Order: sequence, then C-alpha cells, then structure tokens
Amino acid sequence: MSKIELKNVTKKFKDVVALDNVSLTLEENVIYGLLGRNGAGKSTMLNVISNRLYADEGEVLIDGENVCENDKALSKIYCMSDKNLYWDSDKVLTVFKDSKEFYKDFDMEYALALSEKFGLSVNKKLKSLSTGYKSIFKLIIALSCNADIVFLDEPVLGLDANHRDMFYRALIERYSEKPATYVISTHLIEEAADLVERCIVIKNGKIVSDEETQALVSKGYAISGASGAVDKYCDGKEKIGEDVLGNLKTAYIIGTYNEADIPDNLEVSKLDLQKLFIQMTND
Amino acid sequence: MLINANSDKPIFVQISEGIEDAIISGVFPEETQIPSTTEISAQYKINPATALKGINILVESGVIYKKRGVGMFVSQGATAKILSVRQKEFFDSYIKTLLGEAKKLNITKEEIIKMIERETNE
Repeated sequence: MSKIELKNVTKKFKDVVALDNVSLTLEENVIYGLLGRNGAGKSTMLNVISNRLYADEGEVLIDGENVCENDKALSKIYCMSDKNLYWDSDKVLTVFKDSKEFYKDFDMEYALALSEKFGLSVNKKLKSLSTGYKSIFKLIIALSCNADIVFLDEPVLGLDANHRDMFYRALIERYSEKPATYVISTHLIEEAADLVERCIVIKNGKIVSDEETQALVSKGYAISGASGAVDKYCDGKEKIGEDVLGNLKTAYIIGTYNEADIPDNLEVSKLDLQKLFIQMTND
Repeated sequence: MLINANSDKPIFVQISEGIEDAIISGVFPEETQIPSTTEISAQYKINPATALKGINILVESGVIYKKRGVGMFVSQGATAKILSVRQKEFFDSYIKTLLGEAKKLNITKEEIIKMIERETNE
C-alpha cells in the first residue's frame, strides 16, 4: 500500500535538464506505462524515486515520507534496470538469498518456480548468463520481492518473443494475486499497450500526459483519403501530425468525431498508442 | 476468441463479445465455468481491470453469474438471451454496413440480393 508523490523535482546533468520541475502522483496498485523517447528522462525519474540519484530540487515522498536516505521508504521499492548491481561472481541462488535480507517478503518458492519455468539454472554465476537471461534473472527478483512498488526499466531487453510472452503472463498473474504498483518503462509500446492501465508520457524532462490508456487512445483518431479532401476536413480541427504517401494523406487529429460529418471519400480509424506516442513526442 | 488491439472496439467490449460468441457456439455450455479474469488477462496480455470490465458487462446482463469462491458460470438461458440481443443488433451492424459499402462500390440492391441467393442456394 504505497503512494508516490513527486513535488517539483528537477534533475540536471551539467547543462542537460533531465527532469524539469516534475510533479506527479503514482497511485497504489496500478500498472503504469512510462513512455518517452531515448533520453527523455524515464530512467532518471525512476532512479530519483528509488534514491539512486539525488534530485537537485524538489522532493519525492512515499506515503508522505521523504525517500532520501530513508531505508524504510526505500524497502517498499524494487527498481529493476539494465544496471547490474550484483557481484558478477555470485550465483543466482546466492542473490535470491541476499534479496531476502532487504526485502523481507521475498518469495523464494516463487522465485525458484519462475526460474525453472524460464529455464534459468540457479547454480550459474551471474557473469555466465547471456544478456537475455540477465534480464530474466532481474525480472524474477522483481516479481518475487513482493515490494509495494516495482519499477521495470526496459524489462524485456534482450528477451526473445517466447520469453517476453511468458514475462507478461507472469506479471499479470502476480499482479492479480498480489496487487502492487508497477511502473513499466518500455520502447515496445504495442506489446505493453493493453497491459498498462495508465500511461505517463515524458518528453524532454517534462510530463506531457498522465492518464488512463483507454482514455488517451480514445482522445484522437486518424482520417485518411485524398490529400485535398483530408486537408479540407482537418480545417479548424486540432491536427497533431500527418503521413503522406503520394496523394494519399493520413492526418492525426485530437478530438472526437461525428460519424455523420465524415465525407464518403474519407476513412476514419483508431489511433493506436504507438502512433499517438510518436506524434506526441516528435520534435 | 481473438482480441484485436487495433480494432475500433474497446478491448473490454471485445472480451465480453468474445465470451458471448463462445457461449453461442457451445464452447462454454450453460451452467459451466468460464475462465477467470486472471486467466483471460494473462492469455491476452491485457490489464486485469480491462478483463474485469468485460466480465462485468456479462454479469450485469445476466449472461453469467458468480459462484462465491468458485468462479464465473454461464447462466441458464444465456444462449437465448444473447441471440435475442444479437438479432436486434444484426440490422445496424451488418445490413447498414453492407449497404454503405455496396453504395461505395456501385453495387445495386438487386445485385446484393442475387449474391445472397447465390451463396445460400449452394
């Protein structure tokens, strides 16, 4: 049961503003998608919340407590990222055992069952794991630690399609059984689109959208047909982008449409999350 | 049951219609158990809240009911109930769409009727 609040958080790396006065609340037991282009500030945000980086300005509260050097607050979070924070010469099983020291509710039985399912041998040393299995190893800890808040930064990096599928299933089953707050940052938007209840879109260190995924995708639509006809239709509407293929044009529009207002020679289609994301985060 | 993320239909509607289809076609007979919300969401990799929303539509319309501690079951008379609703919707969702597309392709009413006859006489 944990709520995260960011209040006016700013983080700079020399001249680069990675997080620009970000205020955000993450409600408990919701699966969030954190979307942004490379360098948008996704990982910085997760690292600042989990106190791996200090904010230059502003504060991060978990259930009202500042996370800075606060072990009690930090034990509620597990942050899985591409960084390897374990000893390379440790065995998988050793790390599982150590995890129980910090995460009291670490579910060893479940971790071992998942390892078997994914074909991860727990007696292997971390340095001998392939890229895919390094991700799997970290995912297993993330799903087994029973933290109230779990951050998954690029969780499926290096995983093949079968393992990605297994991971999404395991995540849903775990979430249904023991609800927690999950924040998934990923570039594979289409795969995660139906999985995440809310979407946070970050661009150049600023939050540009924070709402329910379904509400977000129903905010816009695409209209396509002959260029001239599309342009005429778009007049006076909020167009966020367009694709042109010869004389054929598809325009992306924010707003709702009335079936009766659509001319016969134009076609309407749904805007999927990935398209919307591309249009929202284009420079 | 197929879920199409790019469909204009919201996912939760696709879930409830997919289960209805399975009931009509006899995959889930009356008084038998249907998959749980967790199973459905894991299978299609959708948020459990979305799957639950789809299931709840069917509970509200009385097509399925909850047995406490066991799961969801298909109600007695569910097939007849679904059919009567679907038959009413048939005109809007199929006939109107058909005529709209036919108009675009310059197909006349007589030609459509001929096509139907040709298909059904075989």
